Amino acid sequence: MGIFSKFVAKLKGQSTADPLDWKVLEEELLAADIGPTLTAEIIKSAQSLKGDDALASLTNILKSHLSTKSRELSVASDVRAILVVGVNGTGKTTSVAKLANLIHSFNSSVMLAAADTFRAAAVNQLQTWGERIGVPVISGKDGAEPASVAFDAAIAAKEAAVKFLIIDTAGRLHNKNDLMAELGKIRRVIEKTLPISEVLLVIDATTGQNGIAQAKIFAEAVDVTGLIVTKLDGSARGGIALAIESALDIPIKFIGTGEGERDFAPFDPERYLNGLVND
Amino acid sequence: MFDALSTKLTGAFSSLRSRGKLSTTDIENTCAEIKAALLESDVALSVVDSFIDLIREKSLAALPTLQSGSNQAQAIFEIVNAELIEILGGAARRVRLAKNPPTVIMLAGLQGAGKTTLAGKLAKFYLDQGNTPLLVASDLQRPNAVTQLQVVGESVGVPVFAPEPGNGVGNPVKVAEQALAFAKSKLHNMVIVDTAGRLGVDQELMQQAIDIRDAVKPDEILFVVDAMIGQDAVRTAKAFQDGVGFDGVVLTKLDGDARGGAALSIAKLTGLPIMFSSNGEKLTDFDIFYPERMASRILGMGDVATLAEQAKKALDTDSSAKLEEKFARGDDFTLEDFLEQLEAMSKMGSMSKLLGMLPGAGAMKKQIDNFDESEIVRTKSIVQSMTPLERQDPKVLNGSRRARIALGAGRKVQDVNALVDKFSAAQKMMRQMRNGGGMPPAMAQSMGMPAGMGAGPMGVKKGQAPSKKKSKSGNPAKRAAEERG
Ligand SMILES: Nc1nc2c(ncn2[C@@H]2O[C@H](COP(=O)(O)OP(=O)(O)OP(=O)(O)O)[C@@H](O)[C@H]2O)c(=O)[nH]1
Ligand SMILES: [Mg+2]
Repeated sequence: MGIFSKFVAKLKGQSTADPLDWKVLEEELLAADIGPTLTAEIIKSAQSLKGDDALASLTNILKSHLSTKSRELSVASDVRAILVVGVNGTGKTTSVAKLANLIHSFNSSVMLAAADTFRAAAVNQLQTWGERIGVPVISGKDGAEPASVAFDAAIAAKEAAVKFLIIDTAGRLHNKNDLMAELGKIRRVIEKTLPISEVLLVIDATTGQNGIAQAKIFAEAVDVTGLIVTKLDGSARGGIALAIESALDIPIKFIGTGEGERDFAPFDPERYLNGLVND
Repeated sequence: MFDALSTKLTGAFSSLRSRGKLSTTDIENTCAEIKAALLESDVALSVVDSFIDLIREKSLAALPTLQSGSNQAQAIFEIVNAELIEILGGAARRVRLAKNPPTVIMLAGLQGAGKTTLAGKLAKFYLDQGNTPLLVASDLQRPNAVTQLQVVGESVGVPVFAPEPGNGVGNPVKVAEQALAFAKSKLHNMVIVDTAGRLGVDQELMQQAIDIRDAVKPDEILFVVDAMIGQDAVRTAKAFQDGVGFDGVVLTKLDGDARGGAALSIAKLTGLPIMFSSNGEKLTDFDIFYPERMASRILGMGDVATLAEQAKKALDTDSSAKLEEKFARGDDFTLEDFLEQLEAMSKMGSMSKLLGMLPGAGAMKKQIDNFDESEIVRTKSIVQSMTPLERQDPKVLNGSRRARIALGAGRKVQDVNALVDKFSAAQKMMRQMRNGGGMPPAMAQSMGMPAGMGAGPMGVKKGQAPSKKKSKSGNPAKRAAEERG
């Protein structure tokens, strides 16, 4: 991604950066959607950099903005219920399928719940994915209450003693109260049967500064434990995810890099930061 | 929460307003504030820079003509506003209808932008104007995109041309081509082609979009873009412009709270008009794009027009008419009414978002941010746990009834007590209000609204129906409910 490439190239061999170089750095950070606030913070701590150790120091500065929380999936309970949430169109359903496929490939048992009963053909979409990756999908009747589908799925998962239950939910804008309250309800009915082990918020890499508001309000409503950043195969750099980690201490756990079930990986911070600083 | 563009701009302008004669330094400072604000609302850096240069230049040019003590701040404000409207709406125009029907509209954009839903909305929009649109399922990529379009088409009563199942099966170029022939034979005067989402950097899929374009020769290619998009808007818009090309832009998900700075970037960079805005999940949540509204939203003037429309939609005329009628009859304001009003309010979406649309709301940011939205949800759950009798006449609420309600709502008895007290106060004020004039501020507050924001979504007109008649059970429906109680 090379946010710092130009900057570091200029800095090499010099003792300090000149004002023009700072402007370049600032522009690169802003263009990555890191946002004015975090950009200002990074620039401030970077201003003490000296030429030769610039690269290492920049990496460290960025590292200090990452969350120190675990990026692994929690395995605290026997059946782990994972709730997947986010605004419309970010890639929730696809990510649910990708995550199930990843778990499945480790020979762990997994079941899906189609709790998006709202959007046209959302249930079919998840069922198609289920068939494609060979994972069972629990769904309700047309127009069923999402909470009742989630409730049934939790019971089915417990009875089948699968290791993971992943619940797909309808996209919802965070400023819609009734829809956010509905999410809380989905969470509570699952908890009658199974503890929720993770709530993953799906953030589209193209998202701008609104991502912070999304994360903040979803976290208030359902206690988000991690992020999935999707569409990193495009030209967007997904700096908003870094801004969210930094502002709210919610770790990025997975990244999506395409439309196929294998275009998905656990988030690797070292690689990510190296990518930002180097090429 | 965090600084929205409108707050910053409102701040910048109010500091200008309090000044005497403006200096070049004042203009410099204001420009710096505007720049910071635009960046926070995701306007692309390059666009911000050129916009600021323009504002500076025009403001400095206007400076000598501004009389000391006159409305200098207003003049600068107008320069900014006019410039925003100019960029947002400079190229505004309607969809070009083909001389020889059918008119072909093709949608293109990133994955998840909202194309399929928009296809349905467009179809409904044109159907309602007496056209005979045909929807075409050329997204054969995303699982069940075809089914989704079929469901959408059915719900708006527009036929869907979908010869291929999708999910990776079928050729979208062929489908589009066949659709055109089909539309001609069936005398559809409009064809709306839904396509798969694709990335700007995906050469192969961009070529496919070009092939669809060449097959159907659209009268309009609309680039569909999510209002929440960040700095990537410019790269992606450019890639689509250089790739498949487009003639107009549609902004989606404007019912969110994103400031939509991308609109400014895309309009400025492509020079193409933003033609429609999509602002909700219902197929009627759709309108032509109003540059003035967008500029006002950006400038902290409050998007009053949209607010009024949303309020009208949310308060289904039925319930507000019913309340007005009740008032005219002199019936009392009951918990039932209270609940109906609360439901209407939460239907309208986030209170803070709504309040944020009001003029001058920037200055009230603190109160708005402190507004507790979950209060409405809590209140609702308590009222919903009451029997009809209890809702009509909270006086019957003895200890055991209150305990039962608390249990049903998953709340403490104290919460129930607090609500009943609040309601009694509101009811008392409603009675006073009937006897003279508008809603007192305390009333607005007891309904959970910040002071000074009353009356808006209540659906009760000021000073209405000053009937003095006292009534508890004069109404047969109410009596019946009491007996059921
Ligand atoms: N290029 C790319 N596309 C993706 C990625 N993840 C999802 N998509 C695509 O984005 C579009 C939307 O994905 P969905 O999974 O349906 O999104 P969603 O959040 O479930 O959408 P709603 O349920 O409608 O809110 C689809 O076309 C997906 O194929 C990704 O990592 N890269
Ligand atoms: Mg989905």
